Amino acid sequence: MSNGAGNRQNEPFARVVKRAELSTGKIVLLRLAAVALSLIAGGIFIACVGQNPFVIYGTIISGAVRSVMAFQGTVKVMIPLLVTSLGVTLAFKMKFWNIGGEGQIIFGATCATFFALFCSGMNHVLLIIVMFLAGFIGGGLWGLLPAIFKVKYNTNETLFTLMLNYIALHIVSYLRDGPWMDPGSQGFPKIARFDKNASLDKLFGVQFGWLIALLLVVIIFVYIKYTKQGYEISVVGESQDTARYAGMNVKKIVLRTMFLSGGICGMAGMLQATGSDITLTTSVAGGVGFTAIIIAWLAQLNPFSILLVSFLFSVLEKGSSVVQSNYGLSTDCADVLQGIILFFILGCEFFIRYRFLFRKKEGTK
Amino acid sequence: MSMLIKFLVAAVGAGTPLLFGTVGEILTEKTGHLNLGVEGMMSIGACIGFMAGYYTDNFFIAILAGAAAGALGALIYAVLTVTFMANQNVTGLTLTIFGIGFANFIGIFVLSKSPEGTLKLPEKITAAMRGGNIPALSKLPVVGELLFSYSPFVYIGIAIAVACAWYLNHTKAGLSLKAVGENPGAADAAGIKVTSVKYRNIILGGAICGIGGVYCAMIINGGVWISNNVGGLGWIAVALVIFANWQPAYAIWGSFIFGALRVLKYYIPQSVLPFPIAFYDMLPFLITALVLVISSMRKSGRINLPAALGLNYFREER
Repeated sequence: MSNGAGNRQNEPFARVVKRAELSTGKIVLLRLAAVALSLIAGGIFIACVGQNPFVIYGTIISGAVRSVMAFQGTVKVMIPLLVTSLGVTLAFKMKFWNIGGEGQIIFGATCATFFALFCSGMNHVLLIIVMFLAGFIGGGLWGLLPAIFKVKYNTNETLFTLMLNYIALHIVSYLRDGPWMDPGSQGFPKIARFDKNASLDKLFGVQFGWLIALLLVVIIFVYIKYTKQGYEISVVGESQDTARYAGMNVKKIVLRTMFLSGGICGMAGMLQATGSDITLTTSVAGGVGFTAIIIAWLAQLNPFSILLVSFLFSVLEKGSSVVQSNYGLSTDCADVLQGIILFFILGCEFFIRYRFLFRKKEGTK
Repeated sequence: MSMLIKFLVAAVGAGTPLLFGTVGEILTEKTGHLNLGVEGMMSIGACIGFMAGYYTDNFFIAILAGAAAGALGALIYAVLTVTFMANQNVTGLTLTIFGIGFANFIGIFVLSKSPEGTLKLPEKITAAMRGGNIPALSKLPVVGELLFSYSPFVYIGIAIAVACAWYLNHTKAGLSLKAVGENPGAADAAGIKVTSVKYRNIILGGAICGIGGVYCAMIINGGVWISNNVGGLGWIAVALVIFANWQPAYAIWGSFIFGALRVLKYYIPQSVLPFPIAFYDMLPFLITALVLVISSMRKSGRINLPAALGLNYFREER
């Protein structure tokens, strides 16, 4: 880049330069400003369809937390979002683009469902533990598959995990239409409701998955921050060459981390199927795998921020259903607002790391 | 024989929305930007194109509106990933979630205001988009049905794909585009305006995806608006890009093959091949996964995957 005075007209109107590290306070301020701007943009969108944005925002919040029952509903929405976000975080820390949360949820749920349907006579506690393991291992294997091809042949994991989502989905629709079809449904393709023995117990009115999810927040935080394996993930994510130079077995780390990442997503599927749906449907994941990626990213892959963001997203989703019944705006409103918020946050990250430098006006042309 | 012709005609119809999505995404990926927002851009295009058709009863306004809406979606993506250097995967996914939500939201909103309780395209535009009325040609036996019986979308799609193939392989602008996708640093040094090339092609790609969305909204459900009318076709298009090896010309037969896979289940009796329906639904994804794995195994030079795909370009970090 020439900064010479004689070359002024060749200098671009604006260019981008890296900036020195901002203080944490300033970064938080910048992100809050982005959220505020996104809420204003969302408000304009709501105003465009003829509603008062303040009323709608108010209804979303009150709709999600106004009563114990509403709050329980919000938590129910949050469980799979939180668990899956924590799962994909492990892979993202390693810069492995696991877009397959959706498929790992579905396959984990499918494996757990096998025991719910065919081993429902087992001791309750034992059965729940077995289903947990099945969900974890199923999801883990579904995550391991793209990792194997990644380390072996450098197969693009973004696209491969994406394809696996749909393959898992159609495995469920095959089981639903054929081998696992509810014999009592008179030919209507659905999988039978689980036996009471195979459904998760409730704690304070919500399936106890919320407790597991909260524990998982702490576990993942400790795992990433304070264990050797967590450190290895970060190093591989920063630079595979560095990791190799330091004597780490990069392949092993990638495989192990993807198994864990997929396994946690599979657990989310098991929790959703046995705790909330009490059956297996093709919508067991229902876009959670994709939303979780947004949550993990918004939260900068920090488990505690993930807890906060996934709670806020659940408020948005639960509150939107109240908006739907009160004002006739469809629940898709939540997706629109989520999208707008993330657009602004993605844009704001730029201003944390870089700034524009404009051409100076001084001097004659 | 007539069954076979019916099958081929249905395959072309089912492949057409994929063709738009695939060609649009090829242009985008050639800039080095993997836009996972195809499904979203198609949804936005579907919604705006359908509404424009619903209110104006004009086929071409509908297509233009859909293309403009898709381009606008791509513009959001381009601003965030090209200028603001945001993560491409996350931005694309967000665009998908936003786009589907936006389309469904607007659809239900307009539906709630309509007196009939359903959104059906008016008569004139339905006739225009149905096609199959080319004088003399469409009446020809076999050939007429196989080549001249389609809705105008099919011909528009093929024309766009051919034009893009020519643009990529035989024009200077296409060469610049490929250079940017392979090595933006070198392209920049050679005097190519990297940012402008990226913006232009990402937006053009979005516009083409948008037209594919209009097809989904207008044809698939016979001119009646329903939610989620793109229904995952955008994702298949992302997969098809790999299958077509980043070549718009291959995208034509690629999308018709995938279209055939989508309708195969209606034409193969269970008594001949006792596969479950779900297996046919899975086939496009299974085949794409296999193509992905096999092409990465071969590692030969014939793969056209742009070398800089997924990497943002920051001039001062060359």
